[in-house]
Amino acid sequence: MIVSKATPGAAAEVGAPNAREPVQQCLWLYERMSLIRQFEERLKWLVETGAPVGPVHFYIGQEAVAVGVCAALEETDWVASTHRGHGHCIAKGVEVAPMMAELFGKLSGTNRGKGGSMHITDITKHILGVNPINGAGVAHAVGAALSAKVRKTKQVAVAFFGEGSAGVGTVHECMNMAAIWKLPLVFVCENNGYAQTTPVEYACAVGKIADRAAAYGMPGVTVDGQDVFAVLRAASDAVERARSGAGPSLVECMTYRYFGHHQSDDTTRYRPAEEEKAAKGRDCLKGFRDRMASEGPLTLAQLDAVDQKNKLRMDEAVEFAKSGPLPEAADLHTDVYVPAEKSPS
Amino acid sequence: MKESTALRELSFGPSINEALRQEMRRDPNVIVIGEDIAGAAGRAHLGFVDAWGGPMRATRGLITEFGPERVIDTPISEMGFVGAAVGAAMSGLRPVVEVMFVDLIGMCYDQIINQAAKMHYMMGGRVKVPMVIRTAYGTRGDKRSYGGGAAAHHSQTLYSVLAHIPGLKVVVPSTAYNAKGLTIAAIRDDGPVVVLEHKFLGLQAKGHVPEEPYVVPIGKAAIVRPGKDVTLCGAGRMTHLCVEAADALAKDGIAAEVIDLLTLNPLDEETIFESVRRTHRLIVVDEDTPVCSMARDIAARVAENVFDYLDAPVKTVTAADTPVPFSAVLEAIYTPRVEQILEAVRQQMG
Repeated sequence: MIVSKATPGAAAEVGAPNAREPVQQCLWLYERMSLIRQFEERLKWLVETGAPVGPVHFYIGQEAVAVGVCAALEETDWVASTHRGHGHCIAKGVEVAPMMAELFGKLSGTNRGKGGSMHITDITKHILGVNPINGAGVAHAVGAALSAKVRKTKQVAVAFFGEGSAGVGTVHECMNMAAIWKLPLVFVCENNGYAQTTPVEYACAVGKIADRAAAYGMPGVTVDGQDVFAVLRAASDAVERARSGAGPSLVECMTYRYFGHHQSDDTTRYRPAEEEKAAKGRDCLKGFRDRMASEGPLTLAQLDAVDQKNKLRMDEAVEFAKSGPLPEAADLHTDVYVPAEKSPS
Repeated sequence: MKESTALRELSFGPSINEALRQEMRRDPNVIVIGEDIAGAAGRAHLGFVDAWGGPMRATRGLITEFGPERVIDTPISEMGFVGAAVGAAMSGLRPVVEVMFVDLIGMCYDQIINQAAKMHYMMGGRVKVPMVIRTAYGTRGDKRSYGGGAAAHHSQTLYSVLAHIPGLKVVVPSTAYNAKGLTIAAIRDDGPVVVLEHKFLGLQAKGHVPEEPYVVPIGKAAIVRPGKDVTLCGAGRMTHLCVEAADALAKDGIAAEVIDLLTLNPLDEETIFESVRRTHRLIVVDEDTPVCSMARDIAARVAENVFDYLDAPVKTVTAADTPVPFSAVLEAIYTPRVEQILEAVRQQMG
């Protein structure tokens, strides 16, 4: 049990992911989940009111996975993300203002307007990229883990991928390589049930993605991805194993995306209404609040204060995004190649 | 007296849908396979069928007529299912594979360039691979106030890297009419054919499409607008750009001829050469990036064969030599524009 009835500390406003002190940790977990939810809800509102932010894949509903996993990581540990990557970025500490500016195509965005939602990232936060080519990022995480092993840095890499990408050949190749080389890597499968409109029970021959771990000689567990504490426990075990040199693990998090594959997707064409209702009834933020109300250590008033603070951050982020400069014509041609003078001689 | 039946019009996606449907009716060996081509796979018992139908909705409704044995949703496994289509084609089927976006050919490039394209040749002509790969490509290229498009992994054109491969036929429809005819031609072809479908043709592509099946021949370009002063040549959305440019030039008394390439490989050189012999000027408009592009390939072929007929150097108007940027203001200048074509004409006429 991670949570105790400790009294909230005075300096506990932001919290810290790896803090052993439960109040700090709980504050961080909630603050990040709430910020992801608010970022995505604000973005959804912007899309619905006509902001041309390009195709976006909302993370709403899956917040506990990104936050629970990243809570088990050190700042310098690596993460490779998917097309549904806003949550991973925020959980890993990317600022929401330049993220929103990126979605508005601004020079002040995380990627200077070159990437948009499907490439949004911040390498300084040790994110190898958000990536809409299924399975591609998994290989990058293998590479980062290999790099950590060769350079003896004690870093761990996390490969986030969806249950849909579990069908990609790259992912299978990567699991085998990570296992034979005993890489410091954690495969995190976010099983939200659907690859666009394709249900997992159609696309996956075995009941659980985690069952596949056995074929690669690594541990595989399936956890409740709507319970941030369950995700954190499983991720912590896997990260510890990776960091100790014992090799990779597979953690499958059962979760649900509340909305369509992207903003133009109609879930009523492939998901039963009762299923959606039941899944949304197991909301990770609501679950967290209920748990705090009954067990502590945080009070609902503290959580409301976090929500309110995040709301102000999102107001500022949207303002920052709207007021930022657009790229100019010359920016089209920058950063295609690294200039020779910037390469080591 | 007014016509009682107006000519039937279709837009781009529905015309491809009709081509697939009619060929599937004609030949039970034609199957379609790809990601979410029907959607909600395996959920008929819950009342869900036909949930999506591809980016152009070109496969929508096929599963209700032909069932899941011939309309096959796949896991996200491009390398596997494109390779499976190669094997299926070698053993009696005529698969029509959908690779959702051309950007994803990176995931299955081996099966396309090393397997499908070369099998017939490598086996001394004794094996046939009658398969079609349909894939969506292209940028929107309009300049909205902010935000952007689908960026570097979902907006590319990339047909140059397909047309480059000997053994692979590559076609690029520009209208609902030629989309239906080229799709049917591709399905009936005994070799591998890639059909590139532009994502943003919109109303420009809509037009009369006969209800009966017909073939637009592979390897034949079309003169979509005759002219005597300059030849503009494009494919897909670029053809419409050339027509827009020709309209603008007409106001200045310049009669531009517009060629719609339709097939990139094998290229209909003769239609281009014949036009250049009459107009003495050529501008090639290409949505792909310039290095090793169709634009420069055509320019080289013209220089080698009809150089003496040219009154000015061949000009090319291509995408910028960069990845596709996200920001709308950058995407708008990444993609070829009408004013660039007009500027090229002015330079040639100057």
